[in-house]
Amino acid sequence: MKLVAVSAGLSTPSSTRLLADRLTEAVRDEVAAQGHKTEVEVIELRPLSGAIANNLVTGFPPPPLAAAIGAVTNAHGLVTVTPVFSASYSGLFKSFFDLIDPVALTSKPVLIGATGGTPRHSLVLDHAMRPLFSYLKAVVLPTGVYAASEDWGSGSGAHAEGLSARVRRAGREMASVLITRATDPLPYDDATLVGKQLSDLRFD
Amino acid sequence: MQFGIFTVGDVTPDPTTGRTPTERERIKAMVAIALKAEEVGLDVFATGEHHNPPFVPSSPTTMLGYVAARTERLVLSTSTTLITTNDPVKIAEDFAMLQHLADGRVDLMMGRGNTGPVYPWFGQDIRQGINLAVENYALLHRLWREDVVDWEGKFRTPLQGFTSTPRPLDGVAPFVWHGSIRSPEIAEQAAYYGDGFFHNNIFWPADHTKRMVELYRARYAHYGHGTPEQAIVGLGGQVFMRKNSQDAVREFRPYFDVAPVYGHGPSLEEFTEQTPLTVGSPQQVIEKTLAFREYAGDYQRQLFLMDHAGLPLKTVLEQLDLLGEEVVPVLRKEFAKNRPANVPDAPTHASLLATAEAASKEATAA
Repeated sequence: MKLVAVSAGLSTPSSTRLLADRLTEAVRDEVAAQGHKTEVEVIELRPLSGAIANNLVTGFPPPPLAAAIGAVTNAHGLVTVTPVFSASYSGLFKSFFDLIDPVALTSKPVLIGATGGTPRHSLVLDHAMRPLFSYLKAVVLPTGVYAASEDWGSGSGAHAEGLSARVRRAGREMASVLITRATDPLPYDDATLVGKQLSDLRFD
Repeated sequence: MQFGIFTVGDVTPDPTTGRTPTERERIKAMVAIALKAEEVGLDVFATGEHHNPPFVPSSPTTMLGYVAARTERLVLSTSTTLITTNDPVKIAEDFAMLQHLADGRVDLMMGRGNTGPVYPWFGQDIRQGINLAVENYALLHRLWREDVVDWEGKFRTPLQGFTSTPRPLDGVAPFVWHGSIRSPEIAEQAAYYGDGFFHNNIFWPADHTKRMVELYRARYAHYGHGTPEQAIVGLGGQVFMRKNSQDAVREFRPYFDVAPVYGHGPSLEEFTEQTPLTVGSPQQVIEKTLAFREYAGDYQRQLFLMDHAGLPLKTVLEQLDLLGEEVVPVLRKEFAKNRPANVPDAPTHASLLATAEAASKEATAA
């Protein structure tokens, strides 16, 4: 099954990309442990930033962006990770998802992640990311993973799991959904419905 | 195959001079462009319909009636007629009237319109766009084919014993194209009725156009109107030419860079690579247009957008000279090569009348 990660990190190396990689690895390991294979593709938004702006202006995606949108649309599951900018996802992250057909992510499992300089922004997952993907009718997994700078150098504390444990839990949740859905039927065909609407209206 | 031009009717400042034409100047320029189209040997002139500034053509049949009186051969069409916010009864009447005045040189292209506020201004809701297009066209289709119509739908006052006048010329409804850029429902609608499908590809990459046209062709055959190759397809195009391609690029770039639709976005070079826009020599325009056939199949109508983004009338008329003299004659010859005999031409009033007469003769004989 196909897992696509979208990373909106801007620097190189990027902790956002690092988190995206940790999350996809966790999913892949868990899926593999249950005897299935995952094909992983990571989409970095930074090299697509000009194309994303052009698409907003012209209404159609240049070829590399079209490929990225196609990959996201056709994935069985998504891992989406953004840095926190001004109390929310970054503008680039939002602009990319603004270009995806509003029904394309319907019922798709999405694992949300975010990175920030301080743990004080961790609610961005539930106040920004979760509503965005709920609007898009995706299935947002219960565990989202937020990584502050300090998380990269600490283990579990007295009251919270460490980053590795949260990543593993998120990976298990995604793997479980992906494996359950491996035999899902295809969605119905919209064109057939229109055909029926047309013939209902025809009297001659 | 038919060649022509379609105009949006935008009033846009000329970015090289800062001057904005008056509405009167723009309307008269549109007429001058239509007359020029006939003069240089093009087949079709189509005008847009808009109900908000900076556009002027709110009343297409008024303009087309005027053009009809001053032309002999040109087919007058629209790009598009708003099937969502116009009353289908008024469309039936206006275009039947135009048919009589223009001796049948009329067809029209249905479109939904994508400007949100226009819908409530005409008492409709954009979220019902597809449903309006489907229901209103079903009524329009009947008004032109049945002398007395009883009708009840969701969007319009019911009709009991209604006759739309005048009746279509010779009892033959104008040919209808359905224009859509990305709604498969409209390709389906065109296929369902055996009408034409116009893909306005000018701002879109080839693979998108290919998918939409293939869908229409497949569904046209599905509904029993002929083979997929016999479906009636129209495409857009957008060109700016000078003898020397570098001159074309230099002259068009300031218009491109701030054009209302795509300005401030991709570069001219990126846009010409990704869409049908050609800025260059007549030969380059010929090559790019001939390539449309590779992904859309043999098709029936090619319309070019020539007069937007503030280009002055004088420049547009020069462009039409180049189009009519150097481009279209070659396109006619080249598109005719290897065109299968069973691929029909675009229907005209004469061809539709002949088909109707043949059908009625057959019915009488049987």
